[in-house]
Amino acid sequence: MKLGILVNEGPYTHQASDSAYQFTKAAIEKGHEIFRVFFYHDGVNNGTRLTVPPQDDRNLQQAWSDLAVKHNLDLVVCIAAAQRRGILDEGEAKRHGKDAHNIAPGFRISGLGQLVEAAIVADRLVVFGD
Amino acid sequence: MPTLHTVNKSPFERSAFISALNHLRPGDALLMIEDGVLGARKASAFAALLESTTKIGSVYALAPDLAARGITEADVIVGVKLVDYGGFVDLVTRHDRTQAWL
Amino acid sequence: MADVKAPDIDRSVRKKLMFVNRKAPYGTIYALEALEVVLIAAAFEQDVSLAFLDDGVYQLVKGQNTTGIGMKNFSPTYRALGDYEVRKLYVERESLDERGLRIEDLMDISYEDEDDAEKPLVRVVGRSELTEIMAQQDVLLNF
Repeated sequence: MKLGILVNEGPYTHQASDSAYQFTKAAIEKGHEIFRVFFYHDGVNNGTRLTVPPQDDRNLQQAWSDLAVKHNLDLVVCIAAAQRRGILDEGEAKRHGKDAHNIAPGFRISGLGQLVEAAIVADRLVVFGD
Repeated sequence: MPTLHTVNKSPFERSAFISALNHLRPGDALLMIEDGVLGARKASAFAALLESTTKIGSVYALAPDLAARGITEADVIVGVKLVDYGGFVDLVTRHDRTQAWL
Repeated sequence: MADVKAPDIDRSVRKKLMFVNRKAPYGTIYALEALEVVLIAAAFEQDVSLAFLDDGVYQLVKGQNTTGIGMKNFSPTYRALGDYEVRKLYVERESLDERGLRIEDLMDISYEDEDDAEKPLVRVVGRSELTEIMAQQDVLLNF
């Protein structure tokens, strides 16, 4: 099946991102197609490359980036939610006169239409949040 | 037609769990994940309500989340089935829609 | 960074998308950001509806004055839904009752139909009826 996954919370504070990650991995192992993983609300914070988590615990952003690269996943960070919370790619940083950008590899910033598209095109949508 | 309902918060922390139970149709499934698995423990104040739910639909708990919280299989209410993440995926694909009671 | 995918939607497919609102506004951002998705979803010509239950019913209460808390009052946006052809706002009766609210406490949200008649967008439904409506949806979006 084609699966869409919505991640509504950022890394570490809530288990949502971990649960979504484990679910996504398991779905891939079962041979399902991950149509898109969409990060909304604080979920956009999963997409910053500036985290320095403790060495003796998992690195969620790295885990998502690695999974995306390994399986060619479409990880989309919502542009409106990202702007509110300071997650920018190069284009966004230039456009808004910011002196830095921080999007992590494997993630891309795009509009809410990508979430709606996932809801329509995927066979199932699973939501992880608070 | 059946729906998979996920609950991720403890019934003692938030009313989402009760809300989920209030919107369960016969034949639907309920899956407890994250802190939601705290609702699966025997002899808690919540146990009777969850037990009666097992008569309406299938009730599941995510085993890795139970283990993380020190809840063993023996501690879990009879009738609650344990699944791993693969089982979670199967539940999603087997039901027509999933509703997350956040 | 991957190229942006062009929408890949089969236009003959019309899914029933329900946005489930269970949280009050302002204490968290979920009410506002969920509404932002609805406005985008309206453009996709799907069968979009909203459900308001539990504290979510507070999103539709009239007289929201946010000056004192320094936040934007976004409740007028619900009135625009009719123009976006999102016309089914289901409000759960038991959730209103539990909170001491009546339909009169909710905003007057209506749209003008082809004959210029004013039709309300809000439909108060019982819990079991809402359960059935949810069971007919293709996709449920929770925030």
